[in-house]
Amino acid sequence: MTFTREKDFGTPEAMGEAVSLTIDGQEIAVPAGTSIMRAAAMVETDIPKLCATDSLESFGSCRLCLVEIEGRAGYPASCTTPVAPGMVVHTESERLRKLRRGVMELYISDHPLDCLTCSANGDCELQDQAGAVGLRDVRFGYEGENHLEGCKDESNPYFTFDPAKCIVCSRCVRACDETQGTLALTVDGRGFASKIAASQDESFLSSECVSCGACVQACPTSALIENTVIEKGTPDRSVVTTCAYCGVGCAFRAEMRGEELVRMVPWKDGKANHGHSCVKGRFAWGYAQHRDRVLNPMVRGAVDEPWREVSWEEAIAHVASEYRRIQKDYGTRAIGGITSSRCTNEETFLVQKLVRQGFGNNNVDTCARVCHSPTGYGLKTTFGTSAGTQDFDSVQYADVILVIGANPTDGHPVFASLMKRRLRQGAKLIVVDPRRIDLVRSPHIEASHHLPLRPGTNVAMLTAMAHVIVTEGLVDEAYVRERCDTEAYAEWAEFVSDPAHSPEAIEELTGVPAADVRAAARLYATGGNAAIYYGLGVTEHSQGSSTVMAIANLAMATGNVGKEGTGVNPLRGQNNVQGACDMGSFPHEFSGYRHVSDNAARAQFEQDWGVALDPEPGLRIPNMLDAATDGTFKGIFIQGEDILQSDPNTKHVAAGLAAMECVVVQDLFLNETANYAHVFLPGSTFLEKDGTFTNAERRIQRVRKVMEPRNGYGDWEVVQLVANAMGLGWTYTHPSQIMDEIARLTPTFAGVNYQMLDERGSLQWPVNAAAPGGTPMMHIDHFVRGKGNFVVTDYVPTDERTGPRFPLLLTTGRILSQYNVGAQTRRTANVNWHEEDRLEIHPHDAENRGIRDGNWVSLRSRAGETTLRALITDRVAPGVVYTTFHHPDTQANVITTDFSDWATNCPEYKVTAVQVTPSNGPSDWQQSYRAQAEQSRRIEPAEPAE
Amino acid sequence: MTRVFVSKDMASVALGADGLARAFADAGCEVVRTGSRGLFSIEPLVEVETDGARIAYGPVGPGDVAAVLDGSHPARIGAIEAHPFFASQQRFTFARCGVTDPLNLADYAANGGWKGLEAAFSLSPQEVVDAVKASGLRGRGGAGFPTGIKWQTVLDTDADEKFIVCNADEGDSGTFADRMLMEGDPYCLIEGMAIAGHAVGATHGYIYIRSEYPFAIEAMREAIARSAGKVAPFTLEVRVGAGAYVCGEETALLDSIEGRRGQVRAKPPLPAIEGLWGKPTVINNVLSLAAVPFILAEGAQAYADVGFGRSRGTMPIQIAGNVKNGGLYEVGFGVTLGELVDEIGGGTASGRPVRAVQVGGPLGAYFPPSMFHLPFDYEAFAQAGGLIGHAGITVFDDSVDMAHMARFAMEFCAVESCGKCTPCRIGSTRGVELIDRIVAKAPRESGALEAMPQIRNTKGAARTHDEEIDLLRDLCDTMKYGSLCALGGFTPYPVLSALDHFREDFGGASALPEAAE
Ligand SMILES: Cc1cc2nc3c(=O)[nH]c(=O)nc-3n(C[C@H](O)[C@H](O)[C@H](O)COP(=O)(O)O)c2cc1C
Ligand code: SF4
Ligand code: SF4
Ligand code: SF4
Ligand code: SF4
Ligand code: FES
Repeated sequence: MTFTREKDFGTPEAMGEAVSLTIDGQEIAVPAGTSIMRAAAMVETDIPKLCATDSLESFGSCRLCLVEIEGRAGYPASCTTPVAPGMVVHTESERLRKLRRGVMELYISDHPLDCLTCSANGDCELQDQAGAVGLRDVRFGYEGENHLEGCKDESNPYFTFDPAKCIVCSRCVRACDETQGTLALTVDGRGFASKIAASQDESFLSSECVSCGACVQACPTSALIENTVIEKGTPDRSVVTTCAYCGVGCAFRAEMRGEELVRMVPWKDGKANHGHSCVKGRFAWGYAQHRDRVLNPMVRGAVDEPWREVSWEEAIAHVASEYRRIQKDYGTRAIGGITSSRCTNEETFLVQKLVRQGFGNNNVDTCARVCHSPTGYGLKTTFGTSAGTQDFDSVQYADVILVIGANPTDGHPVFASLMKRRLRQGAKLIVVDPRRIDLVRSPHIEASHHLPLRPGTNVAMLTAMAHVIVTEGLVDEAYVRERCDTEAYAEWAEFVSDPAHSPEAIEELTGVPAADVRAAARLYATGGNAAIYYGLGVTEHSQGSSTVMAIANLAMATGNVGKEGTGVNPLRGQNNVQGACDMGSFPHEFSGYRHVSDNAARAQFEQDWGVALDPEPGLRIPNMLDAATDGTFKGIFIQGEDILQSDPNTKHVAAGLAAMECVVVQDLFLNETANYAHVFLPGSTFLEKDGTFTNAERRIQRVRKVMEPRNGYGDWEVVQLVANAMGLGWTYTHPSQIMDEIARLTPTFAGVNYQMLDERGSLQWPVNAAAPGGTPMMHIDHFVRGKGNFVVTDYVPTDERTGPRFPLLLTTGRILSQYNVGAQTRRTANVNWHEEDRLEIHPHDAENRGIRDGNWVSLRSRAGETTLRALITDRVAPGVVYTTFHHPDTQANVITTDFSDWATNCPEYKVTAVQVTPSNGPSDWQQSYRAQAEQSRRIEPAEPAE
Repeated sequence: MTRVFVSKDMASVALGADGLARAFADAGCEVVRTGSRGLFSIEPLVEVETDGARIAYGPVGPGDVAAVLDGSHPARIGAIEAHPFFASQQRFTFARCGVTDPLNLADYAANGGWKGLEAAFSLSPQEVVDAVKASGLRGRGGAGFPTGIKWQTVLDTDADEKFIVCNADEGDSGTFADRMLMEGDPYCLIEGMAIAGHAVGATHGYIYIRSEYPFAIEAMREAIARSAGKVAPFTLEVRVGAGAYVCGEETALLDSIEGRRGQVRAKPPLPAIEGLWGKPTVINNVLSLAAVPFILAEGAQAYADVGFGRSRGTMPIQIAGNVKNGGLYEVGFGVTLGELVDEIGGGTASGRPVRAVQVGGPLGAYFPPSMFHLPFDYEAFAQAGGLIGHAGITVFDDSVDMAHMARFAMEFCAVESCGKCTPCRIGSTRGVELIDRIVAKAPRESGALEAMPQIRNTKGAARTHDEEIDLLRDLCDTMKYGSLCALGGFTPYPVLSALDHFREDFGGASALPEAAE
């Protein structure tokens, strides 16, 4: 691939019926509503333009795109003039050239003349258009009033704003409004004095800006430009790949110069992101080059010894012999593996294959357990598949959007932008969340209802909404009759109709006024297409699976499954949680969610892999750790997960790991888990390998290698080395062969291969004979399981109850600029936005305890204690405190307990009873932990090779 | 008790009408406060009811009360209708202005008020639109677009909600007809808007009034409250303008009502299809809407019978500047510029010869007396490189420097530009700089930068005066045909007309040898 700019049609696509017109003698038919500019671009006539770009609505400000239309007076702007039947357009004439040159002459009379030393040289639309219109002389001279003295704004770590280069086209302002929905930018002043300002004329960093970069991408000049382009120059080639951060799965063009990445530009044809991204995907990739990254394998005898760098051969041989020794000493089931939601489908598939085929047991699990296993269970039980029902674009057809236990603007920013666009168009919003998330009130958006329930009462709340819907006769009876199991429905309807489940009855429990609950339920049931989006605030509860089913019940009862604009949609956290689950990462399931005891499925794998497989489900992560403390589980292979930091109850995890004899960690950095590891195998970044990720909408997208792995091997190759050292004889030379095997062995992936993915850009599973092009929406005419299944969801209060010792409820979450445990984002300039985890506490609770904003406080639960600084805010209700878990120093999970979802063991991160008291520094645990970590991270340099 | 009539129009008050009214009240008269009759040279004016007729005196002051009341005052005019300034007028729109008590509903009804609305209610919406079309009424706000066609578009566009917006931003210097009507006959505008509402299916209207018009704002608010029952279910509210000239441009005005900063939007979409809050919206000038009650009451034909060419009906012309008889003169189209300035206006106030007349506000063209044969007609003015606009006429005597006036036009554009489009945003500032050099007869030297050997494509030498004038013409061309709205697009009218008709003020070829020395 060589570097070409993506074609810009100038204005967005239109949808109307075909209209024919003639442009410069060429006849063309285009959809009604198309601009003349876009129609011309479709026949390869590029009309000069500066203020138009096809990601934004036309604006008509630069006046370069003027054309002549027969029978019309004047020179209409082609970007703002729609086509009309029979129109005859001329895009070039002496007259037009003169006008365009006149406009360009004005632009250049107020522009610096250092094109050759400009960082956008060669990638600047102003430069291109000056060339296109044939400007040769600026007769006004360069001494007139101008904007050349403006100061650069270099406050943002990733991009620079140079007002002298700004042509006031407002593309940045419109990108921030239309694409991102943050509305951080404005045009300050009028007339000649107009200038771009962030918020109230602040610096970008201190403004409302969330650093998504949409404005930078939209800017036609170097007025807004990536710092990496200033440093490295413009790219010379590009490769399309997929973001490795979150479950949105944004597609990017990795723009390269030789072996170096110059910038990441969201790909316009990316079906999940349509050319948009957030700060993480676009900018936070510097960790790949961070000095902390480990590039050589390391081994040590015991975890208190320093690391010893060794060759790959030695490391792999050591791992294989240790695992075989342990199995000999303690039995086949004494080892296991953990797959990563960060790695590719292919890598995940290989790790579980290593366990099942090579270890000879089913001890494989994934950290998706810590987030979305209740989704799998809940949706499979009610609908018949373990995944969300819609694609992201479906939200554009929603009339009512119910967000529960999710904070899309921080967790799933690019999808949030799409959702906000729909909300600005007038869709109604209901937010069910203990915290006043940003979505509740943001520019031009106001939730119709915010139900700030007490943490842990989701099921009661949803059942109360169902109560309103059933008792007020708002059920879509025809839908239920036709599509659902009516017996199950009848039983459920009777259950929810019980007055004990009325909003009034649960008011005291949830803390939400009954009238609000009733109004919200009515809106959901009667407001048109209603879609539910939920996140970890639903799943990470002792009643996570029940909540998912309660959500599914609501959707079925109101007929909101199976068409555009509706559905039940989990917002998956990590980039490949969906994929990791699909690929057979659970101890009881093969890829495609088939139980290991299913003889037919097992036989298929046995035949393909040439070994007998264990029909017994293996151990889940918590069980592995328990077994380790009991002395029956001794070795583990952990790929790309930091279970010590991300799993609940850190102390329990630490004890389990410490009891093992061979802990192998494969990662980019010496993470917290590696403190307990015996072997460290360096990992590769998503830039360094081929593969696929599957996003929250079941969309399988390619990850493409743009540079050689700095550690020498892609992660899939490392797994293969281990497998072969254990005698498995794998012969993959490219991940595409792994995908072929996945397709062969997984009915929902039957039609997937790399060639198809390259051709189509992406595919949404199921992809098979029945749906060769994939399946954007599920359950259209009937549910996958046949009839939709209503499940009675009894509210069982969590055991995690507040009392005099622990009177507050802690709930946890994430913020935009940091990702998960922060291993990557903490190693980028994103720390500018989140230097540390803070504890949000309501002013009343703070005052009662004598805590002031910024004070150190101690946070204590039954499980443990940590310290961090307080942030006083009324975003949280009295009685609730909130923190993020991005920084290892905080160790927020030291205090979360090991209560978990009854069905899937998903830990209850979202509710912990705690006490908060003033403190003056880190807790004992934090201090001893830090000392231990420092000790354990020492590396002894390798002996120089001869 | 003697009844007297004194205007409470803002302009009359500025000339002392309040003091006059008080003096008559103190003298035991019943004082009725009316709108303005519209001729400033006879203000402060009082009309005394005598034997059922109204005898006018003006200008008079508080000290003249006795002489007025005994009929001996020398400033006695007699019946105002007989005054030459009024005798030749055709007052269709301003019939009641200066005659009635503006807020008195009985007065309004007694003087032909509500007849148009009643007629409209008896017709279908399409029939009302047809009547407006047949009248030939064109927009009085500036562009002269046929009002009936605009209404038809709104009527034909399906929507759950539609709006009527009255543009009362009246930004053109030297114009005051909108204000005078709102202060002097507010129900007339309300009636026109209610008819528009019935015609297109809108139930709510906004009147966007510039903040400099506190009397009009108050009068309209009060009139809206008093007439609410009469126009129901149609409702109205006043919005006060944001103070920028460009907010009079219809799309910027909509932005401003929506609470945004007032920037021009590209058309399409037309406001008639996607206007206020994205709904179909009629936007009309005060005078366009206030002409409608007459059309419905007297019939479209009665209106169309008056006029010239494709300009039908009457135009309330506002004569201002250096002129003897400044004021409001409503007459059918076709009157010539010369008649307006010399006969009706009575020539300059300074007594010096007229040198130039600007028609159509700050963006209108300047005409020399040699063009006084031009009939007041949209097409005739367009052909002569000018426009009628809101029908403001500003008269200048021979002391005016037309290069200075051209510079003023560019400066006005630079000050008022919203900054959205390039020709206006940068062009107006360059225009000021360029005219400054032209006036100083100091063409641009080659810049320090242009003289450098690194710069090879640009003309290295100094520019000539003629080249600077050519550049000014090119700039006007870019602005006229390239600008997004009429602010940038019409600024070339005053500039080019000054250059065309008064070239001597810019230093011509004759000035060149001097500069070359
Ligand atoms: C810069 C600018 C200022 C304007 N100011 C006014 C104004 O003050 N009052 C007005 O009625 N129209 C004004 N207009 C014209 C309006 O845009 C619009 O054409 C008019 O309100 C339509 O009403 P009409 O059809 O009744 O004339 C202005 C136009 C421009 C470009
Ligand atoms: S980076 Fe994103 S949020 Fe910030 S100003 Fe640009 S578009 Fe707006
Ligand atoms: S910063 Fe860039 S995008 Fe924004 S107005 Fe200036 S030139 Fe246009
Ligand atoms: S982190 Fe998520 S939203 Fe951000 S760029 Fe990556 S995939 Fe997109
Ligand atoms: S011409 Fe352009 S910059 Fe000037 S006021 Fe109109 S839209 Fe704004
Ligand atoms: S591209 Fe059409 S006006 Fe700028």
